[in-house]
Amino acid sequence: MLHRKSNVPFSGTKEQEQALLKVIQELKDEKGALMPILQKAQDIYGYLPEEVQKIISDETGIPMEKIYGVATFYSQFSLSPKGKYRISVCLGTACYVKGSGDIYDKLMEKLGISGGECTPDGKFSLDACRCVGACGLAPVMMVNDDVYGRLTVDDIDDILAKYE
Amino acid sequence: MKSLDELKVIREKMRGEVGYRVEHKTPVDIAGAAASYLAANGEKWDTSYRAHVLVCGGTGCTSSGSKRIAEKLEEEIEKQGLKDEVCVIRTGCFGLCALGPIMIVYPEGSFYSMMKEENIPRIVEEHLVKGNVVKDLLYEETVHEDEILPLQETNFYKKQHRVALRNCGVINPENIEEYIGTRGYEALGKVLTEMTPEQVIQTMLDSGLRGRGGAGFPTGLKWKFAAANDADQKYVCCNADEGDPGAFMDRSVLEGDPHVVLEAMAIAGYAIGASQGYIYVRAEYPIAVERLNIAIGQAREYGLLGKDIFGTGFDFDIELRLGAGAFVCGEETALMTSIEGNRGEPRPRPPFPALKGLFAKPTILNNVETYANIPQIILNGPEWFASMGTEKSKGTKVFALGGKVKNIGLVEIPMGTTLREIVEEIGGGIPNGKKFKAAQTGGPSGGCIPAEHFDVPIDYDNLMAIGSMMGSGGLIVMDEDTCMVDIAKFFLEFTVDESCGKCTPCRVGTRRMLEILDKITKGQGTMEDLDRLEELAEHLSSNSLCALGQTAPNPVLSTLRYFKDEYIAHIVDKKCPAGVCKELFTYKINPDKCKGCTACARVCPNSAISGTVKNPHSIDSDKCVKCGACVEKCRFGAIYKD
Repeated sequence: MLHRKSNVPFSGTKEQEQALLKVIQELKDEKGALMPILQKAQDIYGYLPEEVQKIISDETGIPMEKIYGVATFYSQFSLSPKGKYRISVCLGTACYVKGSGDIYDKLMEKLGISGGECTPDGKFSLDACRCVGACGLAPVMMVNDDVYGRLTVDDIDDILAKYE
Repeated sequence: MKSLDELKVIREKMRGEVGYRVEHKTPVDIAGAAASYLAANGEKWDTSYRAHVLVCGGTGCTSSGSKRIAEKLEEEIEKQGLKDEVCVIRTGCFGLCALGPIMIVYPEGSFYSMMKEENIPRIVEEHLVKGNVVKDLLYEETVHEDEILPLQETNFYKKQHRVALRNCGVINPENIEEYIGTRGYEALGKVLTEMTPEQVIQTMLDSGLRGRGGAGFPTGLKWKFAAANDADQKYVCCNADEGDPGAFMDRSVLEGDPHVVLEAMAIAGYAIGASQGYIYVRAEYPIAVERLNIAIGQAREYGLLGKDIFGTGFDFDIELRLGAGAFVCGEETALMTSIEGNRGEPRPRPPFPALKGLFAKPTILNNVETYANIPQIILNGPEWFASMGTEKSKGTKVFALGGKVKNIGLVEIPMGTTLREIVEEIGGGIPNGKKFKAAQTGGPSGGCIPAEHFDVPIDYDNLMAIGSMMGSGGLIVMDEDTCMVDIAKFFLEFTVDESCGKCTPCRVGTRRMLEILDKITKGQGTMEDLDRLEELAEHLSSNSLCALGQTAPNPVLSTLRYFKDEYIAHIVDKKCPAGVCKELFTYKINPDKCKGCTACARVCPNSAISGTVKNPHSIDSDKCVKCGACVEKCRFGAIYKD
């Protein structure tokens, strides 16, 4: 799993920080609280930049090195921001044998980015995911929470156009 | 706090509601006994609705739009003034995901598939108002000329036997009383008031239940070990980190029947002496997480979780922990490390979790489907469970049937059913007249089963003997268009991605194997590479720390065993027989079929196709990027792979 440090400057607000501090207060005495805290922090900020990790470290006393270790271990945690529209293409077995690899390649080509990246205008980010569980609709991709199934390469332009 | 008697009152009251669907009887048929029981307890028999419309709210159907279908139904029912007569219930998965969105109307049991919003007014008007089933919108297999077959008699459901999925697609998973109406929490009551922990463990041993998560370790034995270790605190964990790509049976149980898992975990807690449970569930399953949260809240409210359950002095509570997308966390020690808030890396065993597990305390970990069997085993007895299945694999198994098969979905069959029955009868065969090539079970830890083993009865030991494994139950069907070297490479890419990196054999070994496979799919492999693959596989399986690495070579070994000719074709002939590996084929145009319509030339992104109108075209293979766009455009089938 490859994690790049983001080039986008941190722009967290006071409200976000307040929300994070509240979460930390609620959870920090629970056993094994770090994962739930990171999950909530990512809900608040959309990703886990170094600045956010630092707040968590200061408040919980957990060393940065451990927080970074956990944040980079799990694929759901992201150290760089996601696009306004997050596209994920299912590369699970059922979708793969039905051609989702081609869909993924086509999206990279159309958007001009690689998997895990975000378009420079911050609009689209692209990721591969492993099985969203909608195998009956294979091949499947998601844009934020919308699921598109039974896809062919030709459907991609129309789908992207909806989000222009 | 609910007592056992209060539980029974709820159950009898709910029988009229769920009896429709579970016993296939109308409320009038089952009213007698229930009504007299209720009267004796000062309650009234109350059946409010004459029809129930069940809409699948599982992930598959939700993705194909079932949420909107249910809303539209409610609007129409309201419009027709049927609100007090007909209710809409959102259930879990019915199993036939390929035909979603699905809805069933009871008491008739009419099965409407591939529902469209615009058809709803007609169904409401015709079926719910006038009582005429709308035949042309039913699942076609249930319609035979004038007759409408019960769902249980269609090919997809006929051979199935639902134990773990008993309530999925039957009850409203967000209503604890519906679960109680199907004898829910009765097993917990029985265990707490009539059985000792030793008897519970003995029942599990006698039933022959083996872990449904993959390895098939006897559940009773696991409990016995944990019970034997004294400690001030023990834990019961549920593995709901279903990471196998293509497997979704655990998700369906959590979405369709979350209480069964809670009840079974409490039973396990009583058996081993634990008061705290953890469910580790994938964050990628938002519907399952939501329903689990609702279920835990309701169970606490009814006193079925928490302190002094049924007034017996037994305490048990459950906490939910979300995974964050790491396949290795399906491994038991890695899962526990993750709950503890660390990188989810596995630990060496021994010590086994039964001695030193979560937070260094004795712990048992079972998978969702395993738990889903347990209340039934308690209620119906171990002999009932052991009467299903084969000699060493008892009960049923749920498979997520996917890939190149007609009826994609969830099937639960007795152990010992053959692959042929699953693929051809239940699955409805391969679409588009293609030939069956292999079935993949066990995900990245399993292997590909070729047609020659089509009639082997499926159980833990038989699958192992033919080079695959049960795994959690993904079953992906592949046809002649699937390249087996490419599939092996696909699984290795997965394990390379998901290897946690802690031990060298897995971290480095999987990568080296992937590199060799990559070479072969590019036509640069040598015959020595095959020996090297086997040698590496041996190192991985004997030296890796956890099952992820130990089983990672299986997809390669099984394809080498059954499809060696395909590897050789890639290496010696530089050909990919299935036409998948892009470096190993070229697109050509058959001049006899080409009409010179120019459609292909216009669609080619790289101007690789030339020719004049009404004359056969040709492809410049140096320019061709093998995107396949021309093949899709050609109306004459003139373009082929060579």
